[in-house]
Amino acid sequence: MARQLSRRQFVVYSLAATTLTVAAPLGCDGSTAQGAEEPADGDRRASDVLVTGTDAEMLVLEVTPANKVVVRLPRVEVGQGVTTAVAMMIAEELDARLADVDIPLADARSEGNQFTGGSSSVSSLYGPARQLAATARAKLVTAAARRWHVPARTLRTRDTRVFAPDGRSATFGSLTRSAARITRPTVPTRPKPASKHRVIGRPTTRIDARDIITGKATYTGDLTVAGAKPTVVARPPTLGGKVVSVDSRAARALPGVHEVVRIDGGVAVVADTFHHAFQARDALRIKWAPGPLANLSDSGIRSRLRAAVPKLQNPPPGSAQTEAEFEFAFVSHAPMEVLTAVADVRAGRAEIWFSSQTPTSAREDIASAIGLPVSKVRIHVVRGGGSFGRRLNHDAALEAALISKKARRPVKLMWSRADDIRHGRMRPASQHRIRASHDRGRVVAFAHAMSSVSESSGKQGLSAQGGVRAAVRAPAAAPLPSDSGLYNFGRLSGDSGSVDLPIPLGAWRSVDSGTVRTAQEIVVDEIARGLGKDPVAFRRTTLRGKAVKAVLDKVASAGKWGRTMPAGHAQGVAVHEEYDSAVACLVEIDAVDPKNPRVTKVVMAADVGTAVNPRGLQAQLMGTAVDGISTILRAGLHIDRGAVRESSFADFHYARQRHAPQHFEAHILPSDRDPGGAGELGVPAAAGAVANAYARATGTKPRRFPLNF
Amino acid sequence: MPSHSFTLNGKRVTVEAPADMPLLWVLRDLLDVTGPKYGCGVGACRACTSHLDGDEIQPCVVPVADCAGREVTTIEGLADGDRLHPVQQAWLDCDVAQCGFCQPGQIMATAALLKKTPRPTDADIDRIENVCRCGTYSRIREAIERAAAGR
Ligand code: FES
Ligand code: FES
Repeated sequence: MARQLSRRQFVVYSLAATTLTVAAPLGCDGSTAQGAEEPADGDRRASDVLVTGTDAEMLVLEVTPANKVVVRLPRVEVGQGVTTAVAMMIAEELDARLADVDIPLADARSEGNQFTGGSSSVSSLYGPARQLAATARAKLVTAAARRWHVPARTLRTRDTRVFAPDGRSATFGSLTRSAARITRPTVPTRPKPASKHRVIGRPTTRIDARDIITGKATYTGDLTVAGAKPTVVARPPTLGGKVVSVDSRAARALPGVHEVVRIDGGVAVVADTFHHAFQARDALRIKWAPGPLANLSDSGIRSRLRAAVPKLQNPPPGSAQTEAEFEFAFVSHAPMEVLTAVADVRAGRAEIWFSSQTPTSAREDIASAIGLPVSKVRIHVVRGGGSFGRRLNHDAALEAALISKKARRPVKLMWSRADDIRHGRMRPASQHRIRASHDRGRVVAFAHAMSSVSESSGKQGLSAQGGVRAAVRAPAAAPLPSDSGLYNFGRLSGDSGSVDLPIPLGAWRSVDSGTVRTAQEIVVDEIARGLGKDPVAFRRTTLRGKAVKAVLDKVASAGKWGRTMPAGHAQGVAVHEEYDSAVACLVEIDAVDPKNPRVTKVVMAADVGTAVNPRGLQAQLMGTAVDGISTILRAGLHIDRGAVRESSFADFHYARQRHAPQHFEAHILPSDRDPGGAGELGVPAAAGAVANAYARATGTKPRRFPLNF
Repeated sequence: MPSHSFTLNGKRVTVEAPADMPLLWVLRDLLDVTGPKYGCGVGACRACTSHLDGDEIQPCVVPVADCAGREVTTIEGLADGDRLHPVQQAWLDCDVAQCGFCQPGQIMATAALLKKTPRPTDADIDRIENVCRCGTYSRIREAIERAAAGR
């Protein structure tokens, strides 16, 4: 494929093809990629380096003769709405109808930014996607001008067509072949200024909404891959337990059973249907050796965590102290769609289908595990039924590949819900010690030390594989308490320790901020109370950032902060800043029965820069509100003698309708800044607000989460 | 192997399956009807929710033998051709879905609820057990109210 540098904007390529196909490089992270949006004629800038990359790194746009605009997206859709947001960016700059834009998910590539995480998708794609579409539009317009022999600047575009002043029109599809030959468009290829946006910023229904509500949306388990048989794995009762011996005679004798294979994590059964597979799994007689944690339970983990919290710095002399210690339990990601992967591993090649946030590293890991060169492994990225960080890891895909190799047949592996909850991954348990020092009504020092469980390396069965690499995880990491600087709290200090345990862990939506910032927001309320100040007023005077103050003011007014509440009811508030975005949350809680509290109302406000799809953003905020409610009030995992106690949504108490607020509203503050991150943003604010409301309603100081556990 | 005949989304089907095989796997693995989702297999998450003779069921815990001669409706059979069921339309209007995995079950649960209780109260809605891990509950509530109001 010959690549040719567009003269006007070196960041967009024309790919030699019979249809109009243009490509923009994607940076390794959001900030580099954004460099692509500004044309820089010959002026070699940072993003220039990326031009030396291969086609595989590109965001590629093709206009088909059938008048469809196709952009193969190197990200995964797991409900966060990235496909809709990108379709909107493309439709905006091309003047295409949203319905004519298709956003299939790209197969795993060998290089380039194919990472979905750290709330970076929209910010990393905003520049390249718009530049790409603007370039394609300019070529289509130029092609139409040549066909009609009219000046290109007199032409208009709308609804996936080019219009001439005399009323003639042509679809993009009918122009795509001639546009492919245009090297120098005669109209500008610059993206529109924000003031001209008609699609970006307009509340838009998901492009896949109709498929979802009619049952047509296809997830990995719904795929039909020739010969891929339902497969489940018998797993040990304890985390990291091992098979000592297995008697599979009874299982093999059952009807519909094809294979029984021993793998690292247990014993896999391949059968005609999942019913047959589960029955055969249950008929296996397995002797298990207990896992390495068999003598450890929650209380032991807690005391080790407590001991691992580093010492706080000494408070400034003469100051008074507000001190608090917090505990957060392990939490399952529990995406609605359990981990599922289809794998077809042959002698010289392999093909895997699954939902992955990190397909590039999954491909490398799977290739090395099954002993094939990376180039012989194809990974098809499939939409996921939720993720919350769970699909950063590729445990199930790796396992499916190994089973397929050993069984010498394609398999459709599904982790049962119990597998998913009992064998991880999970948000690590953590402990926090916070001390705010005040002097004459002002906070003069704020110290936060924490410890959390970290997954010890070393091969502990399959669950230790398919982990997130440091490089991949980095973008999702929260700021350390010491450098957050959200408040004017004088001298900030922070430190963290860890307890290494062979427990399968994973980044959980908002990563460390979900506990770190939540704990801090609770302390902010306690400081205010100690100083006799109102929590909103106190925050307003101590927060540094303009954006975060504005979102706080918004929830305070929209949520009628300070209104009189009946006994046992209260409001609570909290804020958070991350991913170049700011958020505030105000909740109302009914805690008349402190054992069974109900959050009745949630008001959120966010400033995320340009909100590409405000309706999608509101949905993300709503999701984080329910995450906050769940993790603070009810949802967590217990470890009993090396095993997770919970095993389904019957005992992992993620919120249901009766725990969700009857009233939810989210306000999006207007902004012309480029988009920041949004998918994870709301978790700490929501969790903090729920805890603060509970504290105010019950007159208690919440310390251990979830509270009713 | 015993064979079982029932009506599935308006069509007569006959399958060979063990009598105790859960309807969910009959639908998904034998009949390739994949709208009902597996989320737990024990009746706790309700992602598989469908209808048996118009009533809500969880096919993951209903043996296929219990369906003989009866009418099974899954999300695929809810709309009238291209015309969406009012509950689906309300779901579309409110843009309820996120990942979408729980939504076939949510919609089927709501359709069954509204058939019995055309004007559900807040308490009726609170009794819906279906888990949505993406937390779409307030839009679900809004969509139920919209469908109930016949807007
Ligand atoms: S799969 Fe049927 S209720 Fe969970
Ligand atoms: S939309 Fe994802 S679980 Fe409900």
